[in-house]
Amino acid sequence: MSTVVLLAITGLGLGALYFLVASGLSLIYGLMHVLNFAHGSFLTLGAFLGWMVADRIDATSWLGFAVSMLVGAAIGALVAALTELLLIRPLYERHIEQVLVTVGLSLATVALFEGIWGSDPRFIRGPAWLDETTGIAGARIPNDRFVVIAVAAAALIAILLFLRHTRYGMIIRAGVENRAMVTALGIDVRKSFTLVFTLGGAAAGLGGVLASHYFGYVSPSLGGSLLIFAFIVTVIGGLGSLTGAAVASVLVALLQQFANYYLSGTGDFVIVLALAAVLLVRPTGLMGARA
Amino acid sequence: MTRTAIRAAGVVVLVVVMAVLPFLNLQVPGVLPSPTYQPGALSLLALCMVFAALALSYNLLLGTAGLLSFGHALAFGAGAYGLGIVLEHTGLSLWSALLVTLVGAFVLAQVTGAISLRVNGIPFAMVTLAFAQAGSVLVRRNPGETTGGEEGLGLATDQVPDWMIGVSNTRNLYWIALAMLILVFLVVVWIDRSRVGHVAAATRENELRVRVLGLQPYAAKLIVFTVAGVLASLCGAVYLLLQSGAVPRVVSADFTITVLVMVVLGGVGSRWGVVVGGVLYTLLNQRLATLAHSDTVESLPAVLRVPLSEPMFLLGTLFILVVMFFPGGIAGAARSVASRSSAREERQRDQARLAESAA
Amino acid sequence: MSTTPTNGSEPVLVVEHLAAEIDGQQVVEDVSLTVPSRGITAVLGRNGVGKTSTLRGILGLIRRTGSVTLAGERIEKLPTYKIVQRGVGYVPEDREVFAKLTVAENLRLAERTSAPRRELVDALFPDLVARRDQMAGTLSGGQQQMLSLGRALINENVLLVVDEPTKGLAPRIVNEVADALIEAAKTVPILLVEQNLEVVRRLAGDVVVIESGRVVHTGDAVALLDDDDLTTRLLGVHADTDSDTDTTTEVAR
Repeated sequence: MSTVVLLAITGLGLGALYFLVASGLSLIYGLMHVLNFAHGSFLTLGAFLGWMVADRIDATSWLGFAVSMLVGAAIGALVAALTELLLIRPLYERHIEQVLVTVGLSLATVALFEGIWGSDPRFIRGPAWLDETTGIAGARIPNDRFVVIAVAAAALIAILLFLRHTRYGMIIRAGVENRAMVTALGIDVRKSFTLVFTLGGAAAGLGGVLASHYFGYVSPSLGGSLLIFAFIVTVIGGLGSLTGAAVASVLVALLQQFANYYLSGTGDFVIVLALAAVLLVRPTGLMGARA
Repeated sequence: MTRTAIRAAGVVVLVVVMAVLPFLNLQVPGVLPSPTYQPGALSLLALCMVFAALALSYNLLLGTAGLLSFGHALAFGAGAYGLGIVLEHTGLSLWSALLVTLVGAFVLAQVTGAISLRVNGIPFAMVTLAFAQAGSVLVRRNPGETTGGEEGLGLATDQVPDWMIGVSNTRNLYWIALAMLILVFLVVVWIDRSRVGHVAAATRENELRVRVLGLQPYAAKLIVFTVAGVLASLCGAVYLLLQSGAVPRVVSADFTITVLVMVVLGGVGSRWGVVVGGVLYTLLNQRLATLAHSDTVESLPAVLRVPLSEPMFLLGTLFILVVMFFPGGIAGAARSVASRSSAREERQRDQARLAESAA
Repeated sequence: MSTTPTNGSEPVLVVEHLAAEIDGQQVVEDVSLTVPSRGITAVLGRNGVGKTSTLRGILGLIRRTGSVTLAGERIEKLPTYKIVQRGVGYVPEDREVFAKLTVAENLRLAERTSAPRRELVDALFPDLVARRDQMAGTLSGGQQQMLSLGRALINENVLLVVDEPTKGLAPRIVNEVADALIEAAKTVPILLVEQNLEVVRRLAGDVVVIESGRVVHTGDAVALLDDDDLTTRLLGVHADTDSDTDTTTEVAR
């Protein structure tokens, strides 16, 4: 029983990280039909700069932790916005070229991070409480899992509220459905492109800081390894669907954790099998409206 | 002579030159590490040709069928690891083992293609990436001690003919790589000119119209995907022989991206362009790594030293610039230079004629 | 163009030599037409001749060349949203309401000014008022058409562009839509694509007939519809029968 609880909560924590990456990917794809390979770099940069700032303040203090999350989100948002404005927008509507540019950006930035910070992982510290455990149903759960889950849940709620109750949120929802019609109502849909990049970048940057605590280190390849699972999550959840991304994040992470434990480390394959199964049965994903 | 004849003659000359290169003492300082008759230069050139062939096979996907795949490394890796594993665990001769590997590669490409082609465009890219990732994880996990995990897999040489083994026989491997490049080129030309190639190309432009005409875009794309996969596996097999082993990197998503960079640099859709792209990338990658460790770079201030000492940073940046400002790659740039110069020639001829008639 | 405005004022829209393409396929060859500043101008033609594409070309929703002048100013270089902001209401073929947004959100999204005409829309389409918080995707075809019209009418416009508003609707609803368009036409000129010739007879002043992406006839609507030979030749149908709904493979989106 305690193993199941541990696996479930750890899986939820991993799912929370997947969601922070996948939410942006899914919104960006849904609205702009751009697959953003550079999304992992937003995460990595958020993690590194968040860690540097926390280290300056006092990595073991709650203030340092809080500030590092803010910095991670802000950096992710800033870099994502610049990426949209400088690299994506000039290639308006040329989807393959847009993907290629993000691929190039991902290559260049990961190499740059390696040049600056080295390719080995840097082990980090946080407030002492994060490294302690809490007992639930006999399982000792590391406390950072709870923080990751809570922050991701808060991010989900915040994004949902934004999408439901603001005019820009409404434009994004409408644009995911039918972008041409949004412009035909007199709305400059490109502003919302920058906006979803910014939002997605903020979530990824925040995810970077949390991932560094979840795994205990930062490294230039941190974003890239999460990105691939986030891609799988967005396809399974249905491209463009935020709730789909949330549900699929949790399902994928749980499946991965349990398969890794009970099926001798086959988590990654089980996920790819699940992806293949979803595509065969429902090519648009669990909650996607169209391919 | 017609243009086609000139071109054909050019190709023949190029192939002959490449074939006799191991007998020549050519030196290209700064590009080749040794004179062309020595193993250093030959193995680098052979590697260039393997990647040029791989880029050609990828161009079949992206250039012909318009399929942006992020899983091509899976096919290449299947060739390299497949041949390596078959050679190590069966008593088959090299040629039988190669045949078994290619049959396996065919099945793999059929299965992954049949599933991933259920979606189009960007979702297709994501699904192929996921498959390749599964392959990459599999190789790194080293199931049943078959792949060698992170260490990679060494070539078991028992069944490999002696004339392929050892530094002194590098030229034989060089010729094998050359033969393979020619073979791949011919297959790619054949597919491009076949009915399947035409349907795939028409699907790239407008899938709806192809459907309306009663053709089957799915079948055409699956055939192209499979051929590209088998060709990539062949490249992987030759790579194994050439490098005497395979490393997990050749199954990674990064490796597919490298191939993508070659194709885009050379010019998507241009067969000669991507060959040049593959060769250029391989040489550039070698040279930039040397540059990274040169004294000149070491002595620079950190702002310049850090980016310059990362070959992938430079290549990534170059890639972005090409995509944004030279969408046709090298082939596109060459074409526009050619058309500009032929336009200039025409102008000059016109002026000459004008001058004549005025005189 | 030979058509003169029905009254003395300037035409609201002048289109000259419009050509447009979708995915490299030429769907509008050469269309010139004028929309007077009052009344309803109908664009007619068989299925797949480029009527919808003409409207989409005017709005910049597909690549186009030629000149388009709206209220005296050239707009053919502007992006769609700027054209619409100059006072164009667009009711597309197949309604294109946002299925996952509520009725109220669909209307709110369309509001371009701080003084939207909500009362006017509510009065025209009382059905929608009761369904404000319903997802637009769950509305009936007729209600979706009302919503699509409502999105266009909520702003004060200089021109309405309306594409096949009665397509696929029950006869009773067709009449309601026609009534709403007559009401709207009292204050704003309308460029209308319509297959139902009875509706055209009721609504239209001028007609423009398109064939193979070119204008082949312009003139008075009633005069055209009363001329049975001409109607049969230009439209392939008799004036008193309904045309089929779109079944051809016009690759419109």
